[in-house]
Parts: sequence; structure tokens; C-alpha cells
Amino acid sequence: MPADPRRAQPDWLDRDAGPVVRPYAVTGGRVAPTASEFDLVAFVVATVPDVPPAPHLQPEHHAIIAACWEPMSIVELASQLDLSIGVVRVLLGDLRSAGLISLFEPPAAALGQDIDVLKAVVNGLRAL
Amino acid sequence: MASERSDRIPVALKILIAGGFGAGKTTMVGSVSEIRPLQTEEILTGADGADDLLGVEGKRTTTVTMDFGRITINDDLQLYLFGTPGQDRFWFLWDELSQGALGAVVLADTRRLADCFPSIDYFEQRGTPFVVAVNCFDRERLFGAEAVGRALDLDPGVPVVLFDARETRGARNVLIELVEHVARRQLIAAGARPVG
Repeated sequence: MPADPRRAQPDWLDRDAGPVVRPYAVTGGRVAPTASEFDLVAFVVATVPDVPPAPHLQPEHHAIIAACWEPMSIVELASQLDLSIGVVRVLLGDLRSAGLISLFEPPAAALGQDIDVLKAVVNGLRAL
Repeated sequence: MASERSDRIPVALKILIAGGFGAGKTTMVGSVSEIRPLQTEEILTGADGADDLLGVEGKRTTTVTMDFGRITINDDLQLYLFGTPGQDRFWFLWDELSQGALGAVVLADTRRLADCFPSIDYFEQRGTPFVVAVNCFDRERLFGAEAVGRALDLDPGVPVVLFDARETRGARNVLIELVEHVARRQLIAAGARPVG
């Protein structure tokens, strides 16, 4: 029997307990990005391979830069880093303000209206 | 390695996979995605009060999980499939997902056909092109495509496809059917425009 139950290893602190840090703690409580929309399928590319640690950068900021050396969509970034979309958007806003990433939003004109694009999609699907 | 990266930025097209709970959305995404279907979360704070589930009335935040998958068409084009969150109170997430989406697949389960009514209403109202795909569990084909189309009171021209969400080929054919439907609508729209 443990001498002091309060000092015992907290057995509730397992994987099933979920994250111990509240999701928006990594954004300092900010829930809206500094810039406007970040589409779920916008692509993010890091402008530099890595950045030295800096006081205003969280580990999550560094993780994003490391993940998107090759272009990566926002939704995939969130999934890979296990962060919610909202959190990723705030962090991307920081990184964009700092000039550390480029953001490529989907074209405003719907590609679904381009017959050539639709044909390419059908051909691509048939080749699966 | 770091200097070798390609400077091509692909463009992604979104296709939504909608339908009632248990209709096979996750299964279908998994059947055609080239990556293991991924999940992403959106955390809602005090969206609209209590959950329907017992015991969580006091819950202040809700986590919505979205399934998604990816199909690479070519170097410049990728297809993203999003399984839409089922509950009606997440409509606002649908709004974002359907923004600029190529179209939607509404999955129907003939044992619970009414479950897909809200999805059909939603896409009809927004003018988003969609096809209805009847997921035939264990190859049971109780109703034909026409009967389902009549039962759902679909506009003429909306394709109804019978398929098995677990089979890659079947799921792929549903997507082809959707894209061809989108293309037909485009051609009709272009043809209807007065020339000159």
C-alpha cells in the first residue's frame, strides 16, 4: 500500500485520459488566426528548412515548419500533428506573419467548372 | 534533400461524403483513399449548449471528428474526400466543407432511407451537385436504383448508384459517376447560355 496516496502515480493519466493540456493552450488562448481564412485544403509550404528556437515560437510552430517543407494541406497538417484545425489555423497565422510559411489558397474560381479538370479527374479515377 | 523539394503546389478538389449515421461514410473513404483515412478534430466551445447524450449536459466543449482521405490524380491535382459529421448541429461545418466543393456523395441505406433526407435537402438547397449511392450491405439489393430515386423524390438527372462501400472498385465508380454528373451539368449550363 502506498505510503501517501497523493504521491502515488496517477493511474488515470493514461492514453484514454486524453490530452492533459487544453487544446488552445498552445495558442495562448487565441482562437482566431491573425489573418483571414485558411481553407482546409489550402497548401502550406515552409519558406525555411528550420528556425532556431525563439521565445515566441512553441514546439508546435516548429513541428509545422518541419512538416511542410514539402507542400501539405492544412487538414493533413492538423491530422499529422494531432492538433485541432482551429489551433493549426492560429499557429499558421503566427508563422505567416513571421514570414516563415507561404500559404496557397485554392483558386477562387471553382475548378469544378473546368471541363478539362473534370476529365482529368475521371481519367485519374479510372486509372486507380 | 532539403534543396531538392519541388516547387509545384498541387490544387486540391473536395468531395463530400454525406449520409446518415452508419451508412458507410468512413468505410467508403477508406476504400478509395491512398492514405490511411485520417481524422481531424474541430473543437467547439459552447456551440449550442447541451449534447443529446445523457450525462454530458454540462459539457462546454464538443469535439467533432472529420474523416478524410486523399486520392492523387496527377502532380498538380489531388482529390480530398471528407466524411461529413453526422449530427445536424454541425451544419456550420458542412458550410465550410462544401465551400468550393466539386460535389457530394449521399450514402443511403435502404433500411433507413429517411436518414439521408437532410443531406439531400442540404445539397439541393445549396445547388451542390450530388449523386445518391446506395450502400448494399452483404450484397443485398432489395430495391433497384429507380425505386430508390422515386422514394427520395430526386430531381431527374440525379444519378442513383448501387454499390458496396467496402469495395475499392465500387466506391471509385461512385466517384466517377459524380464527376461525370458534374461535367454534364456544366455542359448543359454552357449550352443553355445564348451564344454571342
